[in-house]
Amino acid sequence: MEAMVVNVLNGLSWGMLLFLISVGLTTIFGVLGVLNFAHGSLFMLGAYGTMSLMRFFPSFWAGVVIAPLLTALLGMGVEITLLRRVYLRDVSYQLLLTFAVLLVLDDAVRILWGAAYHVVDPPASLAGTVGLFSHSYPIYRLFLIVVGPVLGLGLWGFFTRTRWGKMIRAAAQDRQMAEGVGIRVPLLFTLVFGLGAWLAALGGALAAPHQSVGPAMGERIIIESFIVVVVGGLGSFPGAFVGAILLGLLDAFGTLFAGRVQMALPYVVLAFVLLVRPRGLLGREG
Amino acid sequence: MERRFLLGMPVALGLALLLSLFPLIVPIYWVMLATEILIMGLFAMSFNLLFGYAGLLSFGHGGFLGVGAYVTALFLIHGSWSLWFILLASILSASLAAFLVGFLCVRRDEIFFAMLSLALGMMLFAVAHNWREVTGGSDGLPVFAVPPLSLGLWKLSLFAPSSMYYFTLFWFATSALFLWTVVRSPFGLMLQAVRENKLRLSFSGTDVRLVRLAAFVIAGGLAGLAGFLLCLFNRMAAPDMLHWSFSARPVLMTILGGAGTFWGPAVGSAIFFILEHWVTAFTENWMIVLGSLLILVVLFFPDGIWGTLSKATGERKEQV
Repeated sequence: MEAMVVNVLNGLSWGMLLFLISVGLTTIFGVLGVLNFAHGSLFMLGAYGTMSLMRFFPSFWAGVVIAPLLTALLGMGVEITLLRRVYLRDVSYQLLLTFAVLLVLDDAVRILWGAAYHVVDPPASLAGTVGLFSHSYPIYRLFLIVVGPVLGLGLWGFFTRTRWGKMIRAAAQDRQMAEGVGIRVPLLFTLVFGLGAWLAALGGALAAPHQSVGPAMGERIIIESFIVVVVGGLGSFPGAFVGAILLGLLDAFGTLFAGRVQMALPYVVLAFVLLVRPRGLLGREG
Repeated sequence: MERRFLLGMPVALGLALLLSLFPLIVPIYWVMLATEILIMGLFAMSFNLLFGYAGLLSFGHGGFLGVGAYVTALFLIHGSWSLWFILLASILSASLAAFLVGFLCVRRDEIFFAMLSLALGMMLFAVAHNWREVTGGSDGLPVFAVPPLSLGLWKLSLFAPSSMYYFTLFWFATSALFLWTVVRSPFGLMLQAVRENKLRLSFSGTDVRLVRLAAFVIAGGLAGLAGFLLCLFNRMAAPDMLHWSFSARPVLMTILGGAGTFWGPAVGSAIFFILEHWVTAFTENWMIVLGSLLILVVLFFPDGIWGTLSKATGERKEQV
């Protein structure tokens, strides 16, 4: 029973990080129609950026605020200089272009920070553990479990209540119509990519104290977040939430009930959903 | 077409002559590099049958190369089988794996096809990585002894780099000839029609899934042949060969060379390895160079380097 609760909590905290990166990925896909292979690299930049900023500022939170903003700027630069040119091209080329960006960013991280793994301590206010039955559980993970739904709700409010959120949804629904009613779609696309990059980097910043920061962290999470958005339904917001929790729990419980097959479980789920319900669990028809 | 064929003949003969004299004129290091280029070129050309001709972006093609490599390693380790038998077994088992994976994959298009092929490829990777008793887990399966290749009364040891090179060149040429016949056949035309307009083709009475599946099996079998050669060349089968990042290699090579062209992927393979060789002499950050080059190619030369060159020299695209 105790092990069960600990596993659920572990699954949820990883799931919330997955949710942050996946929600950005799915927003970009919903609006721009591009499945961004470099999204995991932006996540990684958030983590490395936070780690480095902590040397200049005494606070972890400064890194959490500044690193994602810098990453968002970089993302907007990538959208303006590269992605903009391929919207009308075949999806394969969009996927390949973002894959090329991934190669560049990942190697740039290796040049700037080296190939070593780093440990980032959680901020003092969230360090330590709480008693949970007879176990002790890290406070930082509980914080992640809370912060995920809070950010999710905030985003939901942004997309349904604010003017910008509504414009983004309008552009996602019908680009030409949105242009027709006077929305500056190219600018909007850049901002949406920036928002997605910001979310990915925020996930990375918050992930820094949760796992070790190293050059492979982008590669792992990009495939898992692809699985999340496809399983949840491409472009679907609640789908990303459900998919992320599902994958997080699968990650935490996999070794318990599947043993050595655990590594293949996310792919089994991905293949199953693609074959049985290709629009995803919560994706819309068509 | 006829004129182009006549013009192309001297060039092709010259290239064939150069390739066959290669081990006599360059140092052994370059012979080995050329062998690797040919193996990966064959792998990329088999991938291009799916991507360039049928419009299917597979991110799991490494799985079939891996099956070929593991079958080769397993036969070589457990008993002294004839290399010809092992070659056949690798192609057949990779084709069978491609049939099973393809049977599921061909139902989906575009990104969904890419994701599904990635998922199924990673399942093969998980088998290679975790079934330690048979596959050696993450260490892979090293091969210590390769029986000589028997050509009638003549026996050839593949341990000599130049004989491995000729053996690879022979299979590269044979596969290229086979692929050439395939893409020029009515079946090849149907494949391109699948890419251009799937719906229209199915209205005209063609079973689109069957056409795609056939292409998948052919491409998988040739990838298995590349796996057989790669296992002999590296003297091992490793789980990395089945990982999605390995499957990304033929994708990159094809884009570099030119997806719509027949020779593009092989040219891409040559560019890939020669560039890697040069860049790593200066810096270990070869990926950033490859990534930047790829960005430029995708943005400005969508026909790839070979495709752009053959267009620029006034020739029509090689496509039928």
